[in-house]
Amino acid sequence: MSLVNFTTREITCKIVYYGPGRSGKTTNLQYIYTQVPDDRKGRMVSLATQTDRTLFFDFLPIDLGSISGFTTKFQLYTVPGQVYYNATRKLVLQGADGVVFVADSQLRQLDENIESLQNLQANVLEHGIDVRTLPMVVQFNKQDLPRELILSPEELDDALNFRGHPTFPADALHGTGVFETLKAISAEVLRKLSEGAGAARRG
Amino acid sequence: MELNPRFTFETFVVGASNQLAASAAQAVAAAPGSVYNPLFLYAKSGLGKTHLVQAVGHGALTRQPALAVRYLTLEEFVEQYHAAVAAGQSDAFRRSAEEADILLIDDVQFLAKHREMQAELLRLAEALQSAGRQVMLTSDRPPAEIQDLDERLISRLSGGLLVDMAAPDFETRLAILRRKADERTMVFASGVLETVAEIGAANVRELVGLVNRLIAFQAVSDVPLTPQGARALLTGDAAESGAAPAPAVAPRDSRDEFSAFLSAVTRSVAQSLDAWRSRVGEAVMRWQGEGYRTARLEQLLQNDVVPDVETELKQFSADIEELQRLAAEVAELDVSAAGHARFKDPDRVDEARAFAARLREGTAPPPPPSSALTFDDYVEGQANEAVVRAARLVAREPGRRYNPLFISGPSGVGKTHLVHAVGNALAAASPGAVIACLSATAFIEELVAAIDGGKLEWWRRRYRRADAVLIDDVQQIAGKERTQEELFNLFNALADAEKQLVFSADRLPTQLADVAQRLITRFEGGLVVELVAPDRSMREKMVQRLLQAHGVAAEDDVVQYLAARPADSARAVQGLVNRALSAMDAADASLTMRTVRTAIEGRAARPSQAQAISSLVPAGLDPTLSSREKLVWDWPDVGERLMEELR
Repeated sequence: MSLVNFTTREITCKIVYYGPGRSGKTTNLQYIYTQVPDDRKGRMVSLATQTDRTLFFDFLPIDLGSISGFTTKFQLYTVPGQVYYNATRKLVLQGADGVVFVADSQLRQLDENIESLQNLQANVLEHGIDVRTLPMVVQFNKQDLPRELILSPEELDDALNFRGHPTFPADALHGTGVFETLKAISAEVLRKLSEGAGAARRG
Repeated sequence: MELNPRFTFETFVVGASNQLAASAAQAVAAAPGSVYNPLFLYAKSGLGKTHLVQAVGHGALTRQPALAVRYLTLEEFVEQYHAAVAAGQSDAFRRSAEEADILLIDDVQFLAKHREMQAELLRLAEALQSAGRQVMLTSDRPPAEIQDLDERLISRLSGGLLVDMAAPDFETRLAILRRKADERTMVFASGVLETVAEIGAANVRELVGLVNRLIAFQAVSDVPLTPQGARALLTGDAAESGAAPAPAVAPRDSRDEFSAFLSAVTRSVAQSLDAWRSRVGEAVMRWQGEGYRTARLEQLLQNDVVPDVETELKQFSADIEELQRLAAEVAELDVSAAGHARFKDPDRVDEARAFAARLREGTAPPPPPSSALTFDDYVEGQANEAVVRAARLVAREPGRRYNPLFISGPSGVGKTHLVHAVGNALAAASPGAVIACLSATAFIEELVAAIDGGKLEWWRRRYRRADAVLIDDVQQIAGKERTQEELFNLFNALADAEKQLVFSADRLPTQLADVAQRLITRFEGGLVVELVAPDRSMREKMVQRLLQAHGVAAEDDVVQYLAARPADSARAVQGLVNRALSAMDAADASLTMRTVRTAIEGRAARPSQAQAISSLVPAGLDPTLSSREKLVWDWPDVGERLMEELR
């Protein structure tokens, strides 16, 4: 699957929401789901446990219709955050065009964020992709929580964003910052189009 | 739809905010189809788009009443189209639409809802524009911001003039208010209209609403309105009018997050996909700058289909590289041919390739060995047995057995014959092989001509592609430094490629005067053999063969007599036989011992060597053969000379 298929005139973007458990990846997708008109979205597939933890992954296909003569589709995925589901994460990452790293702004989750970032890098590398070449944005979720419980976007930026990705404070539950994040990762992914590398990257 | 008679240029209030739009519209009305085509006018609701677009219709009709002006809103356009399609009259609809001299379409922002109409409008706009007919459109936003608008339509609509109108400033508002009051023949106290203008309104329609309200109030009131009264009246329910600007902006603000996302993605995709156009454009500029034809790339730009830019550009530069390579090759063979257009057009690579191949083939191959001189005619005997065997081995295993073969020997002993015989044997062994066989003198002359004609590289190539090079009388290169250098390079190139080299000279390599040492050592590096004067048995064979060739039957004693005569070369034997034959012809008798003896010995006083030479050499032969230096008269007995094999 390639980002742009000139023959069938399709653009297919696969975007993976990555991050530690309970950071709000599924919440991001759910908010997007509520905002997309019915005729533009597919069924959101969510495989969750009884306690609402993502077991495998969420999948939300969005049809953006014809853009510049290209049938444009976005596929949004989340990975299960819990440490022991790494095999699933690796699977979901396969062929990803871009990654949204959803960080949990809570102070006590900082280590989990860092661990998850490292895990992302390792998994991406196993697919033979240098994480530095992969379009990525970082979302600092749960910024609506009380000040004393969370780190500010600046502090999180210092701690997590050493590669200088675009970052977005967010409150996914209420939708703040969700579409900004999606717009940013789309722009990053589509920029690859003009670089010409996107089409060739995965053949 | 009929034009509203009130919407003319005369009733349109021009201010700073709409000056550009108004003058563009005037220009279009004055000369439809020739300036700003299409004219795309966008402004927020109520700012005079409809007024201006209809004013263009009026203005044009005033000047040229015969013009077919068609004004309609997009909704009407869509309705008419759908009705036509439903009635199966879509072609008629298209024809009538294309007959309009001026097509004015209002509110095209609603195209977003009618995808099927986008294609129709695009087609219509193209048809009208190419026919030099005017198209003017209005919208509440620029083409690029109309949702879901086809990129081609965006570029088509933006292709003429894109002009916007802003909300009127204070002066314009005041002018509008005054004009409205005049139209209603209503007189307000001074300051009232100014106050209204100050209160402001988001658009003209709203402003007119304010005036209407004042007029209504005035009509039922006996007291003239004061500025304060007007302000109180209008701002009393100011919440309404104050909020009024909002709805004008509202459509964009109230767009949901998904729509915003969609337009962001649309922009990104459009930018990214259009990047290929600029890449192709850059390539066109670059190659055109270098003088290449870029029709193929320009064709890509014409297409709406997005090509595989990477592959196309790669193929194009590969073709150009191929052309450059071919042109360089051709330039070596024929400088003028390399400038031909075919070497500047990547679409004609095949042609250029064929041309180069033709030129390559067409170049005269180096001189071949003389077909008359073969091993079959070569007289072998004890004296030259070893040499001939070596030559035959070379012919059988060219390049590997003895390379080079250097044949030395005095003049007339058959070196040239042997060299050509080897050449012919090589040619026979591998048909199609290029065998160069020539004298050193000819070699030097060719080189001089090549240098003179600027075709040195071509000349070199000609010899380097030979499968074997045989050079006779190589002692001629003495003192010719340039020839020696070329020969040295040729030698190395061919020897490295295991191609056979054969040389002959009148002396041993070491005895070659004025020849570079590096060549001499190379000559010696293969096998050096020496041909000697024919011995008695060989002479006998030669005499027999010569007499046979002339169809003369001779007694054995005649043959023996001739063979026994002293002769130091094959040519000398030939001379003896010729004299005998001419004597026979003169006497008109058969070849008897007596005639021969008289012919050979009758003037056997051997008056002088010079006479002897001239008699030996048949007239018409190469004059060099008659030179004293070429002939050695006192030949030592070298019949049993050893041949040396150095490797």
